Amino acid sequence: MAINKFLVEASHIMMFARSVGDANPIYHDEDYAKETDLGGIIAPPTFAQSSAQFDPDYFLRPKIGGEGWFGSGKEASGAKPSKDSGGSGGGAAMGLHAEQHFEYHIPVKAGDVLTATTKPGNSWEKESKRAGKLKFSESVTEYRNQDGELVITATGVGVQTERAVDS
Amino acid sequence: MLKENEIKVGDTHTAVLVEDLKRTQIVQYAGASGDYNPLHTDEIFTTQVAGYPSVFAHGMLSMGLTGTMLTDYVGDGALKKYGVRFTNQVWPGDTLTGKATIIEIREEDGSKVIDLMIETTNQNDIAVITGNATATIEA
Repeated sequence: MAINKFLVEASHIMMFARSVGDANPIYHDEDYAKETDLGGIIAPPTFAQSSAQFDPDYFLRPKIGGEGWFGSGKEASGAKPSKDSGGSGGGAAMGLHAEQHFEYHIPVKAGDVLTATTKPGNSWEKESKRAGKLKFSESVTEYRNQDGELVITATGVGVQTERAVDS
Repeated sequence: MLKENEIKVGDTHTAVLVEDLKRTQIVQYAGASGDYNPLHTDEIFTTQVAGYPSVFAHGMLSMGLTGTMLTDYVGDGALKKYGVRFTNQVWPGDTLTGKATIIEIREEDGSKVIDLMIETTNQNDIAVITGNATATIEA
Protein backbone atom coordinates (compact mmCIF):
# COMPACT_ATOMS: atom_id res chain seq x y z
CA MET A 1 0.00 0.00 0.00
CA ALA A 2 1.19 3.48 -0.76
CA ILE A 3 -0.73 6.65 0.01
CA ASN A 4 0.45 9.68 -1.87
CA LYS A 5 -1.65 12.32 -0.16
CA PHE A 6 -3.12 11.93 3.32
CA LEU A 7 -4.60 15.34 4.07
CA VAL A 8 -4.82 15.80 7.83
CA GLU A 9 -7.90 17.97 8.27
CA ALA A 10 -9.34 19.45 11.45
CA SER A 11 -12.88 18.22 10.75
CA HIS A 12 -11.64 14.67 10.18
CA ILE A 13 -9.69 14.82 13.45
CA MET A 14 -12.84 16.04 15.21
CA MET A 15 -14.90 13.15 13.85
CA PHE A 16 -12.20 10.62 14.63
CA ALA A 17 -11.81 11.91 18.21
CA ARG A 18 -15.58 11.70 18.71
CA SER A 19 -15.61 8.09 17.56
CA VAL A 20 -13.02 7.11 20.18
CA GLY A 21 -14.84 8.99 22.94
CA ASP A 22 -12.28 11.77 23.20
CA ALA A 23 -13.64 15.19 24.20
CA ASN A 24 -10.19 16.80 24.52
CA PRO A 25 -10.40 20.31 22.96
CA ILE A 26 -6.90 19.88 21.43
CA TYR A 27 -8.71 17.78 18.80
CA HIS A 28 -11.53 20.17 17.89
CA ASP A 29 -11.08 23.68 19.31
CA GLU A 30 -8.64 25.74 17.25
CA ASP A 31 -8.73 28.70 19.67
CA TYR A 32 -7.85 26.48 22.60
CA ALA A 33 -5.23 24.52 20.66
CA LYS A 34 -3.45 27.69 19.48
CA GLU A 35 -2.74 28.64 23.09
CA THR A 36 -1.08 25.31 23.92
CA ASP A 37 2.61 24.46 23.43
CA LEU A 38 1.61 22.43 20.39
CA GLY A 39 0.26 25.57 18.71
CA GLY A 40 -2.72 24.00 16.99
CA ILE A 41 -5.01 21.04 16.57
CA ILE A 42 -3.15 17.72 16.65
CA ALA A 43 -4.18 14.22 15.69
CA PRO A 44 -5.03 11.65 18.40
CA PRO A 45 -2.56 8.76 18.81
CA THR A 46 -4.36 6.24 16.61
CA PHE A 47 -5.48 8.69 13.91
CA ALA A 48 -2.95 7.41 11.37
CA GLN A 49 -5.21 4.39 11.00
CA SER A 50 -7.65 6.58 9.09
CA SER A 51 -5.12 6.82 6.25
CA ALA A 52 -7.34 4.06 4.81
CA GLN A 53 -9.62 6.93 3.70
CA PHE A 54 -6.88 8.10 1.35
CA ASP A 55 -6.01 4.71 -0.12
CA PRO A 56 -7.94 4.70 -3.42
CA ASP A 57 -8.05 0.91 -3.52
CA TYR A 58 -8.82 0.24 0.16
CA PHE A 59 -10.89 -2.95 0.00
CA LEU A 60 -12.83 -2.46 3.25
CA ARG A 61 -14.65 0.58 1.85
CA PRO A 62 -17.57 0.04 -0.54
CA LYS A 63 -16.61 1.39 -3.93
CA ILE A 64 -18.77 4.02 -5.61
CA GLY A 65 -21.66 2.09 -7.14
CA GLY A 66 -21.24 -0.62 -4.53
CA GLU A 67 -19.97 -3.22 -6.99
CA GLY A 68 -18.10 -6.11 -5.45
CA TRP A 69 -19.00 -5.17 -1.87
CA PHE A 70 -19.38 -8.33 0.18
CA GLY A 71 -21.72 -7.01 2.89
CA SER A 72 -25.44 -7.74 2.94
CA GLY A 73 -28.03 -6.33 0.57
CA LYS A 74 -30.84 -8.50 -0.72
CA GLU A 75 -28.68 -11.45 0.22
CA ALA A 76 -26.68 -11.89 3.41
CA SER A 77 -23.52 -11.43 1.38
CA GLY A 78 -23.37 -9.30 -1.74
CA ALA A 79 -20.27 -10.89 -3.20
CA LYS A 80 -17.09 -12.70 -2.43
CA PRO A 81 -14.48 -10.39 -0.98
CA SER A 82 -11.74 -9.63 -3.46
CA LYS A 83 -9.21 -10.39 -0.77
CA ASP A 84 -9.64 -11.98 2.63
CA SER A 85 -11.99 -9.98 4.79
CA GLY A 86 -10.79 -8.38 7.97
CA GLY A 87 -7.73 -6.33 8.64
CA SER A 88 -7.50 -2.61 9.05
CA GLY A 89 -5.91 0.43 7.59
CA GLY A 90 -2.26 1.12 7.94
CA GLY A 91 -1.58 -1.83 5.71
CA ALA A 92 -2.61 -4.74 7.89
CA ALA A 93 -5.05 -6.04 5.29
CA MET A 94 -4.62 -9.61 6.38
CA GLY A 95 -7.36 -11.17 8.48
CA LEU A 96 -8.14 -10.08 12.01
CA HIS A 97 -6.01 -7.45 13.64
CA ALA A 98 -3.76 -9.04 16.28
CA GLU A 99 -1.41 -6.23 17.28
CA GLN A 100 -0.77 -2.58 16.49
CA HIS A 101 2.23 -0.49 17.45
CA PHE A 102 2.92 3.18 16.85
CA GLU A 103 6.13 5.14 17.24
CA TYR A 104 5.62 8.89 17.31
CA HIS A 105 8.48 10.99 15.98
CA ILE A 106 6.80 14.37 15.43
CA PRO A 107 3.23 15.37 16.43
CA VAL A 108 0.84 15.24 13.46
CA LYS A 109 -1.07 18.50 13.09
CA ALA A 110 -4.15 19.63 11.21
CA GLY A 111 -2.87 20.97 7.91
CA ASP A 112 -0.15 18.38 7.48
CA VAL A 113 -0.03 16.47 4.22
CA LEU A 114 1.33 12.99 4.81
CA THR A 115 2.49 10.19 2.60
CA ALA A 116 2.55 6.58 3.69
CA THR A 117 4.46 3.59 2.42
CA THR A 118 3.95 0.07 3.72
CA LYS A 119 6.33 -2.83 3.61
CA PRO A 120 5.74 -6.39 4.77
CA GLY A 121 7.51 -7.39 7.98
CA ASN A 122 7.87 -10.81 9.59
CA SER A 123 5.37 -13.64 9.34
CA TRP A 124 4.89 -16.70 11.54
CA GLU A 125 2.41 -19.45 12.44
CA LYS A 126 0.90 -20.73 15.67
CA GLU A 127 -1.60 -23.43 16.67
CA SER A 128 -4.64 -22.38 18.68
CA LYS A 129 -7.31 -24.59 20.24
CA ARG A 130 -9.89 -21.87 19.78
CA ALA A 131 -9.28 -20.98 16.13
CA GLY A 132 -7.09 -23.69 14.56
CA LYS A 133 -3.94 -22.70 12.72
CA LEU A 134 -3.09 -19.01 13.07
CA LYS A 135 -1.06 -17.25 10.41
CA PHE A 136 0.45 -13.99 11.60
CA SER A 137 1.95 -11.36 9.32
CA GLU A 138 3.39 -7.97 10.03
CA SER A 139 3.30 -4.78 7.98
CA VAL A 140 5.28 -1.63 8.67
CA THR A 141 3.98 1.74 7.51
CA GLU A 142 6.04 4.91 7.53
CA TYR A 143 4.20 8.21 7.54
CA ARG A 144 6.10 11.30 6.38
CA ASN A 145 4.99 14.91 6.39
CA GLN A 146 5.15 17.61 3.71
CA ASP A 147 8.79 18.28 4.66
CA GLY A 148 9.73 14.64 4.18
CA GLU A 149 10.15 14.10 7.93
CA LEU A 150 9.19 10.76 9.42
CA VAL A 151 6.27 11.48 11.76
CA ILE A 152 4.90 8.03 12.64
CA THR A 153 6.04 4.46 12.21
CA ALA A 154 3.10 2.06 12.45
CA THR A 155 3.47 -1.71 12.71
CA GLY A 156 0.37 -3.83 12.30
CA VAL A 157 0.13 -7.56 12.88
CA GLY A 158 -2.70 -9.41 11.19
CA VAL A 159 -3.83 -12.95 11.88
CA GLN A 160 -5.76 -15.32 9.66
CA THR A 161 -7.68 -18.00 11.51
CA GLU A 162 -9.03 -21.33 10.28
CA ARG A 163 -12.33 -20.81 12.13
CA ALA A 164 -14.41 -17.87 13.31
CA VAL A 165 -13.55 -17.00 16.90
CA ASP A 166 -16.01 -15.83 19.50
CA SER A 167 -15.05 -15.25 23.06
CA MET B 1 2.49 16.64 30.81
CA LEU B 2 3.33 14.64 33.92
CA LYS B 3 6.09 15.96 36.19
CA GLU B 4 8.83 13.71 37.47
CA ASN B 5 8.49 14.82 41.08
CA GLU B 6 4.75 14.09 41.08
CA ILE B 7 4.91 10.48 39.91
CA LYS B 8 6.48 7.20 40.94
CA VAL B 9 6.80 3.67 39.64
CA GLY B 10 3.60 1.79 40.40
CA ASP B 11 1.28 4.79 39.94
CA THR B 12 -1.85 3.93 38.00
CA HIS B 13 -4.47 5.81 36.06
CA THR B 14 -7.84 4.22 35.38
CA ALA B 15 -10.84 5.34 33.36
CA VAL B 16 -14.08 3.87 32.10
CA LEU B 17 -13.69 4.07 28.31
CA VAL B 18 -17.19 3.18 27.25
CA GLU B 19 -20.31 1.89 28.97
CA ASP B 20 -22.67 -0.43 27.11
CA LEU B 21 -20.94 -0.04 23.75
CA LYS B 22 -23.47 0.70 21.05
CA ARG B 23 -23.41 -0.69 17.52
CA THR B 24 -23.74 2.88 16.30
CA GLN B 25 -20.46 3.85 17.93
CA ILE B 26 -18.78 1.02 16.03
CA VAL B 27 -20.32 2.42 12.84
CA GLN B 28 -19.17 5.92 13.87
CA TYR B 29 -15.62 4.58 14.13
CA ALA B 30 -15.99 2.84 10.77
CA GLY B 31 -16.94 6.16 9.20
CA ALA B 32 -14.10 8.09 10.81
CA SER B 33 -11.39 5.50 10.23
CA GLY B 34 -12.58 4.37 6.82
CA ASP B 35 -12.67 0.68 7.81
CA TYR B 36 -16.21 -0.38 6.83
CA ASN B 37 -15.57 -4.11 7.21
CA PRO B 38 -19.04 -5.74 7.41
CA LEU B 39 -17.79 -7.67 10.47
CA HIS B 40 -18.12 -4.33 12.28
CA THR B 41 -20.99 -2.69 10.42
CA ASP B 42 -23.31 -5.40 9.10
CA GLU B 43 -25.10 -7.67 11.60
CA ILE B 44 -26.68 -9.81 8.87
CA PHE B 45 -23.41 -10.55 7.10
CA THR B 46 -21.56 -11.15 10.35
CA THR B 47 -24.07 -13.56 11.88
CA GLN B 48 -25.29 -15.37 8.75
CA VAL B 49 -22.18 -15.49 6.59
CA ALA B 50 -19.18 -15.06 8.86
CA GLY B 51 -20.63 -17.10 11.74
CA TYR B 52 -20.10 -14.70 14.64
CA PRO B 53 -22.78 -14.07 17.29
CA SER B 54 -22.94 -10.35 16.36
CA VAL B 55 -20.90 -7.55 14.87
CA PHE B 56 -17.91 -6.62 16.99
CA ALA B 57 -15.72 -3.59 17.49
CA HIS B 58 -12.65 -2.87 15.40
CA GLY B 59 -9.56 -3.66 17.44
CA MET B 60 -8.53 -0.13 16.54
CA LEU B 61 -11.66 1.27 18.21
CA SER B 62 -10.59 -0.39 21.47
CA MET B 63 -7.06 0.93 20.93
CA GLY B 64 -8.44 4.40 20.22
CA LEU B 65 -10.66 4.37 23.32
CA THR B 66 -7.67 3.20 25.37
CA GLY B 67 -5.59 5.95 23.77
CA THR B 68 -8.06 8.53 25.10
CA MET B 69 -7.40 7.29 28.64
CA LEU B 70 -3.66 7.34 27.95
CA THR B 71 -3.39 10.89 26.56
CA ASP B 72 -5.73 12.17 29.30
CA TYR B 73 -3.07 10.86 31.71
CA VAL B 74 0.26 11.71 30.03
CA GLY B 75 -0.85 14.88 28.24
CA ASP B 76 -1.04 16.04 24.64
CA GLY B 77 1.84 15.31 22.30
CA ALA B 78 3.74 13.43 25.02
CA LEU B 79 3.46 9.90 23.63
CA LYS B 80 6.58 8.44 22.03
CA LYS B 81 5.31 4.89 21.65
CA TYR B 82 2.00 3.14 21.99
CA GLY B 83 1.50 -0.52 21.14
CA VAL B 84 -1.13 -3.13 21.93
CA ARG B 85 -2.19 -6.72 21.43
CA PHE B 86 -5.85 -7.41 20.85
CA THR B 87 -6.44 -10.27 23.26
CA ASN B 88 -10.22 -10.62 23.07
CA GLN B 89 -13.01 -9.29 20.95
CA VAL B 90 -15.17 -6.39 22.04
CA TRP B 91 -18.91 -6.77 21.51
CA PRO B 92 -21.88 -4.41 21.53
CA GLY B 93 -23.00 -4.00 25.13
CA ASP B 94 -19.49 -4.24 26.55
CA THR B 95 -18.24 -1.82 29.19
CA LEU B 96 -14.50 -1.21 28.98
CA THR B 97 -12.12 0.06 31.61
CA GLY B 98 -8.61 1.13 30.74
CA LYS B 99 -5.64 1.18 33.08
CA ALA B 100 -2.12 2.53 32.69
CA THR B 101 0.61 1.67 35.22
CA ILE B 102 4.00 3.38 35.40
CA ILE B 103 6.62 0.62 35.29
CA GLU B 104 9.77 2.67 34.77
CA ILE B 105 11.02 6.25 34.88
CA ARG B 106 14.17 6.73 32.83
CA GLU B 107 16.07 8.90 30.39
CA GLU B 108 15.91 8.60 26.63
CA ASP B 109 17.68 10.87 24.14
CA GLY B 110 18.39 13.40 26.87
CA SER B 111 14.81 13.70 28.14
CA LYS B 112 12.87 12.04 30.91
CA VAL B 113 10.37 9.41 29.91
CA ILE B 114 8.08 6.89 31.55
CA ASP B 115 7.22 3.40 30.40
CA LEU B 116 3.65 2.36 31.01
CA MET B 117 1.92 -0.98 31.02
CA ILE B 118 -1.58 -0.84 29.61
CA GLU B 119 -4.55 -3.07 30.08
CA THR B 120 -8.15 -2.64 29.02
CA THR B 121 -10.69 -5.04 30.45
CA ASN B 122 -14.37 -5.68 29.84
CA GLN B 123 -17.21 -5.98 32.37
CA ASN B 124 -16.19 -9.60 33.05
CA ASP B 125 -12.64 -8.56 33.93
CA ILE B 126 -11.32 -10.15 30.75
CA ALA B 127 -8.47 -8.27 29.09
CA VAL B 128 -9.37 -7.09 25.61
CA ILE B 129 -6.17 -5.10 25.15
CA THR B 130 -2.75 -5.45 26.71
CA GLY B 131 0.09 -3.21 25.74
CA ASN B 132 2.66 -0.64 26.58
CA ALA B 133 3.51 2.97 25.98
CA THR B 134 6.34 5.40 26.46
CA ALA B 135 5.72 9.07 27.17
CA THR B 136 7.82 12.15 27.74
CA ILE B 137 7.54 13.78 31.18
CA GLU B 138 8.80 17.05 32.61
CA ALA B 139 12.02 16.67 34.56
